[in-house]
Amino acid sequence: MLFKLSLSNIKKSLRDYAVYFFTILIGVSVFYIFNSLDSQTAFITAASDSRSIIELMITIMNILSVFVAVVLGLLLVYANRFLMKRRSKEFAVYMMLGMSKGQITSILVVETVIIGMTSLITGLICGIGLSQLTSALVGNMFEADMSKYSFTVSTSAIIKTIIYFGIMYLIVMIFNALTLGKTKLINLLQFGKRSEKTKMKNPVLCIIVFIIGVCGLAYAYHSIDRIFDHKLNFLAVLIAIGSICTFLIFWSVSGMLLRLIMSMKKTYFAGLNSFTFRQLSSKINTMVMSMTVICLMLFVTICMISSAFSIRNSMNSTLNTNCPADIQIACDIDAKEENAYHLTDYCESKGFDISKYTKELCILTTYHDINFKTATFAANEDDSSMLKSLSDNPEELVPLSKYNELMRLYGKKEETLEKDQFILCCDYSQIKASRDHILSQNKKIDLFGSELTSKYDMCDSEGFIILSSQHINFGFFVVPDELIEKNIDKAYISSEYITGKYGTKNKNECKKIHEKLRDDYNKNIYPYNDDFFVMYNSKVDIANSTVGLAVLVTFIGLYVGLVFLIACGAVLSLKELSESADSITRYDMLRKIGVEEKDISRSLFAQTGLFFALPMVLAVIHSIFGMRFSKMILQSMGADTMLSSAWMTSCILLAIYGGYFIITYLCSKNIIRSNK
Amino acid sequence: MELLKIEHIEKYYGSRSSLTKAVDDISFNVNNGEFVAIMGASGSGKTTLLNCISTIDKVTAGHIYLEDRDITKLKGKQLNTFRRDNLGFIFQDFNLLDTLTAYENIALALSIKKVPAKEIASKVNAAAEKLGITEVLNKYPYQMSGGQKQRVASARAIITEPKLILADEPTGALDSKSAKMLLTCLSVLNTEQDATIMMVTHDSFSASYAQRVIFIKDGKIFSEINKGDQSRKEFFNKIIDVITLLGGDVSDAV
Repeated sequence: MLFKLSLSNIKKSLRDYAVYFFTILIGVSVFYIFNSLDSQTAFITAASDSRSIIELMITIMNILSVFVAVVLGLLLVYANRFLMKRRSKEFAVYMMLGMSKGQITSILVVETVIIGMTSLITGLICGIGLSQLTSALVGNMFEADMSKYSFTVSTSAIIKTIIYFGIMYLIVMIFNALTLGKTKLINLLQFGKRSEKTKMKNPVLCIIVFIIGVCGLAYAYHSIDRIFDHKLNFLAVLIAIGSICTFLIFWSVSGMLLRLIMSMKKTYFAGLNSFTFRQLSSKINTMVMSMTVICLMLFVTICMISSAFSIRNSMNSTLNTNCPADIQIACDIDAKEENAYHLTDYCESKGFDISKYTKELCILTTYHDINFKTATFAANEDDSSMLKSLSDNPEELVPLSKYNELMRLYGKKEETLEKDQFILCCDYSQIKASRDHILSQNKKIDLFGSELTSKYDMCDSEGFIILSSQHINFGFFVVPDELIEKNIDKAYISSEYITGKYGTKNKNECKKIHEKLRDDYNKNIYPYNDDFFVMYNSKVDIANSTVGLAVLVTFIGLYVGLVFLIACGAVLSLKELSESADSITRYDMLRKIGVEEKDISRSLFAQTGLFFALPMVLAVIHSIFGMRFSKMILQSMGADTMLSSAWMTSCILLAIYGGYFIITYLCSKNIIRSNK
Repeated sequence: MELLKIEHIEKYYGSRSSLTKAVDDISFNVNNGEFVAIMGASGSGKTTLLNCISTIDKVTAGHIYLEDRDITKLKGKQLNTFRRDNLGFIFQDFNLLDTLTAYENIALALSIKKVPAKEIASKVNAAAEKLGITEVLNKYPYQMSGGQKQRVASARAIITEPKLILADEPTGALDSKSAKMLLTCLSVLNTEQDATIMMVTHDSFSASYAQRVIFIKDGKIFSEINKGDQSRKEFFNKIIDVITLLGGDVSDAV
């Protein structure tokens, strides 16, 4: 009997359940997709050489999943509370008929189980389907080898999803029982009868609060640009200021908006505007806190998604510019010429001949003057400069002819120097800034007792020695050959680099040569003995770790971003729908006094649109400044293209947030039309 | 002059097997500037009749003409526009928007007709004065008494100067003092403004304020009486007489 009742209840309130169902469905699929990533073949081949990064990623995903589950759980409770409210009349009838609260609770339990099971199963099916799409996407995004692509279903992810959502449903059920236990029949009966009391806030107070909010935000925005001048916990202070000010702005806007429009008599008394803005303002008034949270979540979402894309984009593109050769081995020598044990000699003694594998080879020796350290160079900088952390290292000196030889190999621009000139090469952004600053004040340096002048006013960011995936050149000085030759008895050999190209563009061939070379290397050079530490760098390895890192960052960004976006959309949508349902009589009345359907639709569209737009507008403003901060961090990691990622982000936002808006508008329209 | 002409209208509910004739072949006319009351017991079809005239419901057969325009032929969009431009409504449960102040509720009727904001203020204030609600104009419906709410609703109904004002049990939710006040207001509107009012009621006291009362029983016109030169008291007694004739079930509503 109770089961029958539950079933018919669901059928009856299918429209109310639609958004709830939709939300759980997306939640389940997103949850599954991200937790099943480890079993995606495409993903594994993409980064087969960087297993450790995948493991790191899985650990992070596990932690994130708990966080995401909490967010989704709260969303579920919120959505459920909305449904309970909508049905309070129904519960009142049950109670009046003499049904006990226990029986009503069991009806609800059955309903939750039915809805939960259906949405869980549908969500999982959607998730399994979509995860295939994701793996194709991953493959596409990171140029992975798709040859081993096959249909996979991750049992562990399914089990995990079921367990997590099972717990969430359990919480929802307990929550339902508790709410129902507390309510009194009279409250249930009178629910919805209470007339909306529009509390008018004091306008002067509102304006003051608004100004405080705007000033606070301006301060936070202003400070975020200079965040590196402060301690890191200052960031937390700024975030707190930002959040509080967001709340203040919503609080004051909710109070002022109506007054502002009301003062514009022409606008206010045109068509349905008075009605539209009253509706909107009552909605915002009851949701100041939620609006704040939604706005902040949207802000985090925008920053997360765009940073994720930005990292991916730049990692793919910087790889080619920063890794123009295939193989590099290097070692620190730190000895004078006469005592030096050269890398080439060491390799020869070990029987490792790199030239067997390469078409082109360049051997570069760098020197240093023990009296010319970073501290000497940065003598006039204050202590906060990042250069100071390197202060004890002698600066690396590269003879021009050797430098040009390497640049030829890399396919980059060669340089010329007068005999008293030098070029400082550096591309790691924060260090470059300090070095540029020093050069702009003093272009002269003293090496082995002779004075040299910088050829350029700032660092050359084109030249580098070490193969890498990012801009990480801390700086070296290109000096005329004669300077080293003249002072060879004073100069120390700093390091030696052997850089080579396989001479083929074909990826598979590269891989084959690389594997042979690495086997040879591992057999002969690695494990290090003789206290001779050889650094080994290859394009294939760098590419693999880059892909791993990029996947990791992109997916974490997308995961959290998507969940937040869904949560925001769902909360706004549910609120709007419940408001529409509560306003059915109002719309009926409007029709009775002869308002055209077209005008009603327009009013509804404006209400829904403004309601969705308000938190978004502030979130976008936040993001413009927040992204400047993430850009600074990203730049230090080597990413610098923000534009295309902003594009991608807007597309995703438009698709999901806009989707929620359109669904909400259409559903609301349907709700207010239904009653004749 | 004839304003409203109702010709043989019928309204059926249900299927062929269980047919309910809510309105069964009713015809009558309403002249310009008349105050007509329609009386009948619950379920006699009076509200269905009003709904048909107000185009909220559709007739099964017959025609309704407002100034020679057949309103039973109107469709979709035209319906709302027709209501907006020609009719004024007063409902039993007031139907005021609870989110708007009294002033805004009244103004809404004008603003949806795209009346410029400048003219709105003077019109609203004039109507409010006539109905004695000037002091509640800035209050919300929940801050007003039932009588005040109904007078606000009346102000909203008359402000657009509609051809016909339809009132559905306007005193139904009011105490007797408020009811009396509202009815006085309505008759003042009728006599001074020449407003044509059609009121549905089951309350003989309310009906006695009208100039003509039409009695409906089981979807048909049972009888019709005119006030003529009689005093309201005499007219009231006459109404009671008809109700007695009509059967017991209306008298309990007196």
